[in-house]
Parts: sequence; C-alpha cells; structure tokens
Amino acid sequence: MMRAFVTALFLLLLGASANAERLIVSVSNHRVTVTPNYSGEELVLFGSVEKDAATPTDRTAYDLVVTVMGPRADMVTRRRERKFGIWINTDYRQFLQVPSYLALFANRPFEAITSPEIARRQQIGLNNVLLTQRVSGDYADVVPNDAFRSAFTRLRTQRGLYREDASAVTFLTPTLFRTGIPLPAEVPIGTYEVEIKLFANGAFIGKTETAFEIVKVGFEQFVATTARQNGLVYGLVTAAMALMTGWMASIVFRKD
Amino acid sequence: MQLYLPIADLPVNVFLVLAMGAAVGFVSGMFGIGGGFLMTPLLIFIGITPAVAVASVASHIAASSFSGALTYWRRRAIDPALASVLLCGGVTGTALGVWTFTQLRALGQLDLMIALSYVVLLSTVGSLMFSEGLRALMRTRRGAVPPRRTHNWIHGLPLKMRFKRSKIYLSVIPVVVIGIVIGFIGAIMGIGGGFILVPIMIYLLRVPTSTVVGTSMVLTLVTMLFATMLHAVTNHLVDAVLALILMVGGVTGAQFGARAGQKIRGEQLRLLLGLLILSVGVRFAVELVIRPEDLFTIRELGVSG
Repeated sequence: MMRAFVTALFLLLLGASANAERLIVSVSNHRVTVTPNYSGEELVLFGSVEKDAATPTDRTAYDLVVTVMGPRADMVTRRRERKFGIWINTDYRQFLQVPSYLALFANRPFEAITSPEIARRQQIGLNNVLLTQRVSGDYADVVPNDAFRSAFTRLRTQRGLYREDASAVTFLTPTLFRTGIPLPAEVPIGTYEVEIKLFANGAFIGKTETAFEIVKVGFEQFVATTARQNGLVYGLVTAAMALMTGWMASIVFRKD
Repeated sequence: MQLYLPIADLPVNVFLVLAMGAAVGFVSGMFGIGGGFLMTPLLIFIGITPAVAVASVASHIAASSFSGALTYWRRRAIDPALASVLLCGGVTGTALGVWTFTQLRALGQLDLMIALSYVVLLSTVGSLMFSEGLRALMRTRRGAVPPRRTHNWIHGLPLKMRFKRSKIYLSVIPVVVIGIVIGFIGAIMGIGGGFILVPIMIYLLRVPTSTVVGTSMVLTLVTMLFATMLHAVTNHLVDAVLALILMVGGVTGAQFGARAGQKIRGEQLRLLLGLLILSVGVRFAVELVIRPEDLFTIRELGVSG
C-alpha cells in the first residue's frame, strides 16, 4: 500500500517535471516586523506559470492552491461539560505540531479544482490538512467532522488564524497570478512556509515553495522574551518595580 | 490609547486599566485592604486569562502593600516579631500555592479552581462580614455595649511567645498556620488576603487594632513579592506592563480612598465591604452555573521552531 503510494507520488512528480510548467513566485515582504501598535497587515504573493516546449498546447487554464503555514506548536483542546451543576473541563485532545497559522487560498472552489482523492493527498482544504492528534497513546488525524477537530479549526478561524478562501487567488493574465495573505494582529512569530500547488484539468502538475518570517520588535517583545528566557531576572525586576512604585507613592502622598 | 500586553498577549486600553486600578485602589484605601480580590476578577472579566491575572495582580498588591507598610512603619504600627512568625508560615504557604497552581494548570482545571475558590471564600467571608456589620450597627442603634472579649481555645496552645509591640502572649502554632493558609490561597487566587487576615487576627488571635493592619500588610508584601518571583520563574505568567499600569492607578486611588474611608463609620464600612465581597463571590458563582458561550477552549503548549 505504502509502496504503491510512493510510486504513484513519484510518477506524479515525474509527470510534473516532464510537463515542465515552472512556477515562479515571490512575496511582497520576506520579513514582516510587528511593532507594538501593529493591527494586522496583508502580504501579497505574486507569481507566474512559465510554460516551455514540453507543455501541451491545449493546456490553457490553470488552477492554484496556496497554503500558508505558520510555526508549528502543540495545542490542547478542552471540552466543558456540566457536572454537579457547574461547567467544568472534562475531556481533552492534544494536537501535536500543528500550524499556529494556516491559510488556504485558491482561485475557485477546492472541489471544482480537483478530485476528493487528490485533494486529500495534497492536503487541499482545511478538512484535508493533516492535524495530528494524540488519541490514547496513538498518533493520528481523525475524520474532519470529529468534535474536537472541528472545534479546533472553528476556534482558530474565529481568531483569524486559520482561514480558507477559494476566491483569494486572482489570475491577472492566464499565467500571471496574485493573492493576498492577511496576517491578523495576534499573528504568531516565526517562519511561515508558503506552498503553491498548480493544477490543470483536475490533475496536480507541480508545486513550488517560498517562505517569509514574522518578527516582533519593540519593548513588548523584549519583555515577552525576557519573561520566557530569564524568568528569575524578570521576576526580580518586576518585584523591584513593585517596591519602587510603592515607595514613590508613599513619598508623593506623604501627609506629615 | 491601545497598548499590547506582552504576556497576556492582548491589546488593552491603557486608560481602562488605569481607571480599574484607580477604582480598586480607592476601595482598597477606603477599607484598608489590598484589593486583590477585586482586581483579579476585574482583569478576568476584561478578557485576561485567570492565570495571567492572578500572577500579575500579585506584583500589584506588593506595590500597594509596600506603600502602606512604609506608612505604618513610620507610625510604629507594625509588630516585627509577630510579622516574622507569620512570614515563616506565609512563605511556605506561597510556595505550596504556586506549586499547586502549576499542577492545576497542567491538568486544565486552574480556571475552575480559581472560580470555585472565589465563590467559596468570598461568599463565606462576605456573609460573615455583612452579618457582623449588621449586628454591630443594630447594637449601636440600641446603644448596647459590645460583648467583652474573652480568651478562647487558641490561647491554651503550647509554644507560647511574647509579642512585645502588640502586648500579647500567644502560641506560635496558630500564627504559623494562619500564615500558611493566607500564603497558599493568595498564590492561587491572586489576593493579598488582608481582608481575611485582619478579621482572623483580631477575633482569633486578639491582636490589638493598633498593630493589626500594619503587621498584616508586611505579610501581604512579602508573600506577594515571593509569589511574583515564583510565578515568574515557574509559569512565566507575570505581565510586568499590566502590573505597572495597575500599580500606578492603584496607589493613586488608594490615597483618595483612605481619605474617603475616614468619613464613614466603622460598622457601615464593614457592612459595605461585606456586601462588596459577597457580590464578587456571587458573580463567580453565576459564571460557573450558566452555560458557557463556547464549550471548547484551546491552549498552546509552546511554539517550537
């Protein structure tokens, strides 16, 4: 089974290189700096599909799926239930090394671009992206309609950190395309991988990758980093700050 | 003016937090308490996670109790011997509290425990204070004399010690135990514990009113400083920016509160404080009973790479 899959994948890749469309892409900014008053931003991804002699002449319409993945992290989803009259956390699932930011963009609905099998294999659509869970010692992704998985994607989507937009990619000419990558205010810092997958007539014919980086700068970031890396120094400084404030107040408001 | 809180990971309005600090400071100055039991819930209600709220309020209480303690020290209203014995228990209790806090957080039950502790503690203390205030008020109406204080079982315990400035002769066992309890609940709930400690010291230990508030402030100061340190080292949850805004608002509000408090009679003050504590407890109880908007929550366990 596994071997058959690998062979199929290999043939597919081989096919892609034989077809020889080349994807050339670039993001508008490879290093996004988040300042304290940052309230979200949009990056732009440009690209073009380069044909060469090997390209079948009848192939004119292309479809694109752009996947943006932020730094990976372990997350826990908990469910509250009513017990003894109050709402308490009862059950939980651990999601292992899932992207903290995930965006899927296409030029038309995912189901119109390719078949469900290829969509699953190429992880096209939020329902098909691999989100590994730890289920009683086992590691696996579950069906998309699993309560914890759907709650997880729903909550991430509410915060603007997971998104799916099947009309975000626009073709300026039949081979030139662009898409916006919205980054919300609470965007996680780190390296973002961008994967651009090319489809024609429902078949996957090639992909390319690029990346950008999000760095936070300024006093707030300095505070956050210090708190995480030098807990002791941070605690001492905070304690000293508390004493200073208290002492100054007792001087300013002295009633003698 | 929006400001991004680095640890709470949340943009807040500076003036809102400053006003909250001042309002709580006013109340705390009026009643002579730290105000943590009001500050922590308020922060939770504006969307800061209970864990960050508890850890950050600790440093805020340290600031306000330090300015209070300095004033009492100048007036020689602190009993150093009593304070040191209390601290032996307080520091132990705080360490235990922060350890429990970390364990509960890993289990995902921290928010529930914080809410439950608030409900139980605040409704009990609130009702006791309220009914006591009511009785005292009726007594003064009728013109009766308050019942004479008598010694109780606590004064029969061994390991007695003389506390000179408070002019009491008392076993160290209840003092250390009270220190442990206050330190423990303080670290878990983000409160200084002054509003519980002062009545306990007056009614159970018979500490004279001249030294009770100053001495309890020393305990609050040291346990809260210690809690700040431990929360910073173990859980990385202390938001210094948030704490600073709260401190500035708090110490300012406290000065005006103290002046306002002098104009109100003692029994009425206790009645009001009891009502206030009780309502915070009820607010938490309601929160627990009604169905939450979303049954699911996500927590990140740390970003890698």
